Amino acid sequence: MKSRYDIAIVGAGPAGMAAAAAAAGHGASVLLLDEQSEAGGQIYRAVSRQNFKDRNILGSDYYEGLDLVSELASSGAEHVTGATVWQVSPEREIGVSKDGTARMVTAGQVILATGAQERPFPVPGWTLPGVMTAGGAQSVLKSSALAAPDAVFAGSGPLLYLVAYQYMKAGIPVRAILDTTPRANALRALPHLPAALRSIGALMKGRRWIASLRAAGIPFIKHIEDLKLTGTDCVTGVEYRRGKRWRKIDAAQVFLHQGVVPDVNLAMAAGCAHRWSAAQLCWHAETDAWGETDIPGIAIAGDGAAIGGALAAEYLGRIAAHGALHRCGCLGRAERDSLAAPFRRALAGEMRLRPFLDALFRPPRRLRIPQGDATIVCRCEEVPAALIRESVALGCLGPNQLKSFSRCGMGPCQGRFCGLTVSEMIAEARGVGVAEVGALRLRPPVKPLMLEELAALAVEPVSMPGKR
Amino acid sequence: MRRIGRDDAPQVTIEFEGEPLTARRGDSVAAALLAGNHRSFRTTPVSGAARGPFCMMGSCFDCLVEIDGAPNRQACMIEVREGMRVRRQRGAGDIGLGHSTGGGREDTP
Ligand SMILES: Cc1cc2nc3c(=O)[nH]c(=O)nc-3n(C[C@H](O)[C@H](O)[C@H](O)COP(=O)(O)OP(=O)(O)OC[C@H]3O[C@@H](n4cnc5c(N)ncnc54)[C@H](O)[C@@H]3O)c2cc1C
Ligand code: FES
Repeated sequence: MKSRYDIAIVGAGPAGMAAAAAAAGHGASVLLLDEQSEAGGQIYRAVSRQNFKDRNILGSDYYEGLDLVSELASSGAEHVTGATVWQVSPEREIGVSKDGTARMVTAGQVILATGAQERPFPVPGWTLPGVMTAGGAQSVLKSSALAAPDAVFAGSGPLLYLVAYQYMKAGIPVRAILDTTPRANALRALPHLPAALRSIGALMKGRRWIASLRAAGIPFIKHIEDLKLTGTDCVTGVEYRRGKRWRKIDAAQVFLHQGVVPDVNLAMAAGCAHRWSAAQLCWHAETDAWGETDIPGIAIAGDGAAIGGALAAEYLGRIAAHGALHRCGCLGRAERDSLAAPFRRALAGEMRLRPFLDALFRPPRRLRIPQGDATIVCRCEEVPAALIRESVALGCLGPNQLKSFSRCGMGPCQGRFCGLTVSEMIAEARGVGVAEVGALRLRPPVKPLMLEELAALAVEPVSMPGKR
Repeated sequence: MRRIGRDDAPQVTIEFEGEPLTARRGDSVAAALLAGNHRSFRTTPVSGAARGPFCMMGSCFDCLVEIDGAPNRQACMIEVREGMRVRRQRGAGDIGLGHSTGGGREDTP
């Protein structure tokens, strides 16, 4: 790793791999940093060392990632694995830790491609061992060929059905799928159907997963309105409600999912402006046509800015790369525009389905905002819903003030699994919009850093993290 | 959790709570523990409740364990190494999260 690059990219998922590959080869020095040990991001995790004999288990969409991985490998971009980025300053100083040593790298242009994370799912018992996200289940399936027989999948959205379908293809018995998609969502999604029908192939894929799961005799229970995970030291069962009636099934493993949301921590800590998206119920970065944020030289591409899926992420990565190449003087305006044009067209096609999906799989309010008082909102500091409501009653106006009432959002995950819930809860209790309540304010380092790592920094002739 | 296929992958032996545990090269510590049917990785500093990995992608910090004596290590992000000694993390860990600078929040509201 050198101390300066023309373009530095954080995240080696589809957005970051495509950005790095597109940026290299135009005379710019390109650095790609990712904390994983290999390229791929979430969707293409471990794709280059995958050895399931049957490719149908993970499916052809997954193996498409191989093309991007090899494009990256031959591009000339420098890909550093196992590199955790804990800060990007507005001056584009990047704080990165690798093998227990922290260092600073500067870049002329930065592209953040940090992707998405699972949306919080604050229901009773969601902190019990044996409860994981569906994305987590898929992550160990891809990277270690591990699966949990007889698991219950609960929630809503394509990734939930996909992972259950991948389990089925792998011959792993699935206990049940408890679908929490609200009945009324179909009606809300209807106006977006004509546009979605132009992407009929992608639309049918999801339907095929669900049809196959049902044909295999896996109980697929729709319109579930409430969930509770039970157990003391580990999860032992799921209670669910349809209408007035509660039922229970035994389960030693539960996978939850209700969509993914942008991982905003690095961008917010850099100071990039975000706005509340009422359609996707999460924070979106304010970006221009090239992915550039309100901080000059810092762009965001892929699911880290707004959820668009893997193909959109790839196109956005290429578009952001051309923007960055232009800004650092490696590409003229006309050349930039014409090189990016095909990706813009592809992107427009890819985004046709999104409003339909957003409306159809919009998680219901009662599963985003805990109904019970005892339900844990902040997993790290074990803050229950009641404490947040009481704080608002005592005059707490937003998530940052909440810190004078509780330690909510101050644990090691830095609000990744409570930030959205807290903003929505305070907005509801105050009777105002989420935009008015705002987001938890973040500051580097966005990932915990050991003192020894910081000590290594001090001997280098660079500025310390956090100083602006 | 159960391993499907791929049992030809090279083996790595680690230690969990003093007992030997066989893993596969390329496994994260969390995957190795899950493969050994361990679901609880730590107890929380606040109430002492049991926790295990939740996100498996480095976001939730619920998989924190002690590795070779160092607390607060993310089991889902660290690969197994031969002879690695892993223990459950109890509470905040011996030297605690205060040892890290990972608050990451503004100090003032
Ligand atoms: C767990 C999970 C599983 C998913 N599985 C699928 C799937 O099977 N099919 C599908 O269509 N979609 C899936 N998605 C949706 C997914 O968001 C997109 O399809 C796609 O992966 C987005 O691409 P991206 O390049 O924007 O981000 P990602 O693919 O998420 O890549 C982001 C990369 O940035 C790295 N990173 C993040 N922060 C840092 C940091 N601070 N320092 C260093 N590196 C960092 C991460 O390690 C990661 O490799 C999944 C999402 C999640 C969260
Ligand atoms: S399981 Fe979430 S950080 Fe490791």
